[in-house]
Amino acid sequence: MHTRTLAQLSADLRARRISATELTIHFLDRIAKHDAILNSFITVTAEQALAAAAAADQRLASGDAAPLTGVPLAHKDIFCTAGVKTTCASKMLDNFVAPYDATIVERLQNAGAVLLGKTNMDEFAMGSSNETSFYGPVRNPWDHALVPGGSSGGSAAAVAARIAPAATGTDTGGSIRQPAALTGITGLKPTYGRVSRYGMIAFASSLDQAGVLTQTAEDAALLLEVMAGFDERDSTSLDEPVPPYSKLVNEPWERITIGVPESFFDEGLDADNASALRAALKEFEKLGATLKPITLDYIHLSVPAYYVVAPAEASSNLSRFDGVRFGYRSPAQPGDDLNAFYMRNRGEGFGPEVKRRILTGTYVLSAGYFDAYYLQAQKVRKLVSDDFARAFRDVDFVAGPTTPAPAFGLGQKTGDPIQMYLNDIYTIGANLAGLPAMSLPCGFVRNLPVGLQLVAPPLHEAQLLKAGHHFQRATDWHARVPGHYA
Amino acid sequence: MLRPDDIRRLSRLARLEVTDAEIADVSTKLSSIVAMVDQLQAVDTAGVPPMAHPLDRPQRLRADVVTDVDRHEIYQRNAAEVERGLYLVPKVIE
Repeated sequence: MHTRTLAQLSADLRARRISATELTIHFLDRIAKHDAILNSFITVTAEQALAAAAAADQRLASGDAAPLTGVPLAHKDIFCTAGVKTTCASKMLDNFVAPYDATIVERLQNAGAVLLGKTNMDEFAMGSSNETSFYGPVRNPWDHALVPGGSSGGSAAAVAARIAPAATGTDTGGSIRQPAALTGITGLKPTYGRVSRYGMIAFASSLDQAGVLTQTAEDAALLLEVMAGFDERDSTSLDEPVPPYSKLVNEPWERITIGVPESFFDEGLDADNASALRAALKEFEKLGATLKPITLDYIHLSVPAYYVVAPAEASSNLSRFDGVRFGYRSPAQPGDDLNAFYMRNRGEGFGPEVKRRILTGTYVLSAGYFDAYYLQAQKVRKLVSDDFARAFRDVDFVAGPTTPAPAFGLGQKTGDPIQMYLNDIYTIGANLAGLPAMSLPCGFVRNLPVGLQLVAPPLHEAQLLKAGHHFQRATDWHARVPGHYA
Repeated sequence: MLRPDDIRRLSRLARLEVTDAEIADVSTKLSSIVAMVDQLQAVDTAGVPPMAHPLDRPQRLRADVVTDVDRHEIYQRNAAEVERGLYLVPKVIE
């Protein structure tokens, strides 16, 4: 049952071959059995899940069911869930119970989806290995000595191990696509503004976007259809119609051109990953796509530009955590003035990586450095974005690696932030430019999954998902399950 | 290269305590981050407009009417200390 896709489970539920309650119990049992090792959940909402499943079964019985009615899924613990602990994997929010639902939580709940729980992540989504979590690292289901990637590492591990059929995530610099690639699943980051950010705890507001981690592109289409769309509570929400993604993925293949930046295949990419990616691109050619070499002149500057822009926005966003209205408060000490009180609440409530980002952001925004760092990074961001716009005059997608290599070892990169940051070298460009992008399982290297990334023009999610669906009908990389979890 | 004194200044600006035990590690790692982003200085960006966000459209405004309802009791459940609807902080004399 657990190896079935969301689309298959949805069909099973509506044909009454299985009940939502049976399905929910099955996944709760799998979480209980496997998550002590994986550590992919921070909170399991078993009681609420069973109540929601019972309600879904009534809807199914009365013939009033939507496609997601009774389908279990998990939310990254960055989304506010009313009455349920919402931590962002930080000591700062260890005691925070969200007073309201995020828009996507509300929309998926209204569609009848059953929430299994909240998944582990890097603290405040700052990390590429899930090792900065206050609740401990998540393990990669393909090899427990390896990281699952991050920051949506819990969502990725849970879906890869099939202890949840699908999960939500957020992507500021690659946080959906990179863990999806390292765990062998499908990850979609939509266009900036496509999915509401209301109730999603902010990291870098001009880059953050919510998306999904699923077994297949078809499943991603089913979820995006419910999650996407205008929300007046998010000032950056796009007021654009939501296409019927789950229907569109099944439309016949059109002639498409895929741009391949040759610089993506230089010495920075693991040679075996490169072979797997070349083979996947050949598969696209067999499906009728034309490959075209392209150049992106400024893409190599996306990591430095990002590590100015994202920390600057983070330092501003995270200033709300002061220990007064919510969040961690340090015990009072004699002689405290108000500043000492704030500084200790924040100093003790945030972990080392979050502190580094806040301090970096404070540095690049401080008097005398603003123009040289922050303004210059925004100009380079424009150059990176223009590169993509130019490329999309000739091609439908830009294809390349999602990550430089397969999953790395726990603890292997924690001592050197730059080595960790370089993991997102291929994914950050899409965030800077606000473009939709998807990682698809495309092969194995040393028994570990490899991801292919496709980037598309703004609001071309339907085309991306369709390309992914057609690729997945011709290949079976996405259907491989780690032996221990099969 | 960021020295411990630079880190102390940033720590005060950010209202974020960095303990003496942390300071050496923070200076080393922040220095390596700043060295990495210094690559940006070599780029010729003359005439390039800064890009603050990806939306190529004006910010939307809503009607200036009250839409929120009073939910302070629910919101204040997450506060460390509350009295008569007010947030409390330790007594400070400045």
